[in-house]
Amino acid sequence: MKVFLGVDLGSVSCNLALIDADARLIARQYLRTAGEPVTAVKTGLARLLPPDLAGEAEVCGVGVTGSGRQLAAVVLGADVVKNEITAHGAAAVFACPGTRTVIEIGGQDSKIILLRDGLVRDFAMNTVCAAGTGSFIDQQAARLGLPVEELGRRAAASDHSIRLAGRCGVFAESDMIHKQQMGYPLDAILMGLCESLARNYLNNVARGKKIEGPIVFQGGVAANAGIKKAFAGLLQQELTVPEHYDVMGALGTALLSREEYARDPQPSRFKGMDYVQQGNFVNRSFVCSGCPNQCEVAAMQREGQTLACWGDRCRRWESLGACAPKESHSIKPFAQGRETGKEKTE
Amino acid sequence: MKGLRLDLTVPPPITAKTVALGSRAAPEGSCMPMKLNLGNFMEALEQGADTIIMAGGWGPCRFGWFAQSEADILRDMGYEFELLVLERPDAGWRELPSRLKPLGARTGWPQRVRALRAAWQKLLAVEELEDSRNHFLPRARDKNAVIRLYEQGRQELERCDEPAEMAQINQKLRRSLQSLPQHRRPVPRVGLVGEIYTILEPAANYNIIEELGRLDVECLCSARVTDWVNDHVLGGRAKASEREHILRLARPYIGDTVGGRGQETVGEAVMFARRRAEGVIQIGPLGCMPELVAQSVLPELSVNENVPVMTLWLDEHSGSGGLQTRLEAFADLLRRGPAREEAR
Repeated sequence: MKVFLGVDLGSVSCNLALIDADARLIARQYLRTAGEPVTAVKTGLARLLPPDLAGEAEVCGVGVTGSGRQLAAVVLGADVVKNEITAHGAAAVFACPGTRTVIEIGGQDSKIILLRDGLVRDFAMNTVCAAGTGSFIDQQAARLGLPVEELGRRAAASDHSIRLAGRCGVFAESDMIHKQQMGYPLDAILMGLCESLARNYLNNVARGKKIEGPIVFQGGVAANAGIKKAFAGLLQQELTVPEHYDVMGALGTALLSREEYARDPQPSRFKGMDYVQQGNFVNRSFVCSGCPNQCEVAAMQREGQTLACWGDRCRRWESLGACAPKESHSIKPFAQGRETGKEKTE
Repeated sequence: MKGLRLDLTVPPPITAKTVALGSRAAPEGSCMPMKLNLGNFMEALEQGADTIIMAGGWGPCRFGWFAQSEADILRDMGYEFELLVLERPDAGWRELPSRLKPLGARTGWPQRVRALRAAWQKLLAVEELEDSRNHFLPRARDKNAVIRLYEQGRQELERCDEPAEMAQINQKLRRSLQSLPQHRRPVPRVGLVGEIYTILEPAANYNIIEELGRLDVECLCSARVTDWVNDHVLGGRAKASEREHILRLARPYIGDTVGGRGQETVGEAVMFARRRAEGVIQIGPLGCMPELVAQSVLPELSVNENVPVMTLWLDEHSGSGGLQTRLEAFADLLRRGPAREEAR
């Protein structure tokens, strides 16, 4: 069976999706990155493709996205490395054809994507502030000792809301504490929090953009019924939450890799289950002394062999790729680097 | 400066260290250009510079008082130096030469004129060099080769004082860039508008022109040092100026000056859209008022001119990942987006 794998390695969660040649979703996984992106990819893949499924599946394409996409690409061997906007847009159009607006709120990013005729026409992402994204809501739930699912459910069940400042995460939190201490009911405060976060999103991320229906709400935060209700109230419109709202990025890249395969059926660069599962991947970093900028270069090694480097402004190390020296501390800047760079042609 | 027989300390290129120095010294709320400026000066003063020359200006943007306030900050920190500001003095233009007299102390008038002319030629040559890079980078298959050749040319230009030689260096670069193999993918063009320092200083814009070039996107850019000097110091006498035209294009959106380059940003966005750029990117330092004003009219402009517009605010931030994501997504949008030609 031909399958296509999509991985969205985000800062907070790592999502995986497996589709077949007809773009049907076969398997999906959603797990926390927990600060260990490589482990998350390995664990996720093992759960996504248990041995019986892995035996009969022929991986024809791998797509990766998310802030850890370069890392995921190196570990897995990816055919398509895409930014989150394109990936989420593709998934939204596939799940809900005719979509004109996508509201996506993830762990640390929130974005708005405007689509026309199935193509991305405009987009925006949160700039300086992560208020209102998943990690902030997580943090508030933890502070109140509530499971995060409970927070959304209780907020949505409240018949009124208490107005809170949503301009900034710190203000929102101190405002919440104040209202709690004043004795307002918790459910109404929670709904107030959801409303202020939705307002913050519309004022900052979606500023100046014309939001037209049908609207799709996706990303981990779409599970939060309170936020969904708040958006519906503010926009005077219903939002559709797709069935696989929390793995849309992964689904999107899986679809893009399938598209790529249809255009040009090359064998996938996927390195295989054994390579991923049995290899010991180690992250290393060193400070390059080639110029006064002192870039912190990160290197990914497997079994002592350097697979890739990144983080250098001049791309000297990045362009070396697998040719980078094994021992990071013995690196001699410039002379050696430039020479090796010439030998390796893409 | 060499022509004026002055010893010149060029601040080292802007690095993470410059940013760290500058942001420690600058007020918290100041913008990125000021932090970088301060860092530059501190590094140069450490290297033994005893005089700072800085452009000033009467623009309503904060840049107008950068020279004075930065000097105050540096003196408070214990640095000692002379400050010369290149701007129209309170008493009028006639006072400028006397203010700048110390610079010419070692030379006579003919030498001074020759030095100024050489400096102008060099600026033009550097800009021509950049034009070549901007054109070939998005089209070449081997991006690193383009950048290597460009850096080489730039170093050669730095050492060179003869206009004829400068032209040769430029010609040589163009020829070697032309010989590089090119790909056949489409090359969308993006108009780069916004605050001038952020556009001109790669360290302040995370090398956006190169990054876009690596994504096969060509940058069109009209903000240049020579244009600024021409428009603001020489009264448009040194070369043809598009400024009037640009301001006219901005008028339907912003009719009056809003400080900095707010009006120019809007006018250039319209200009690039009409020159069939597939998209426009506005960049500015976080907290820049004029650019903020310009940003507020861009959504309307985007609809009227049928051109996608993206705004990027930049500040001291080591994670360039977010920026990369936005640039990639914008490049995808331009490539996959609805064919703009049809809509015309």
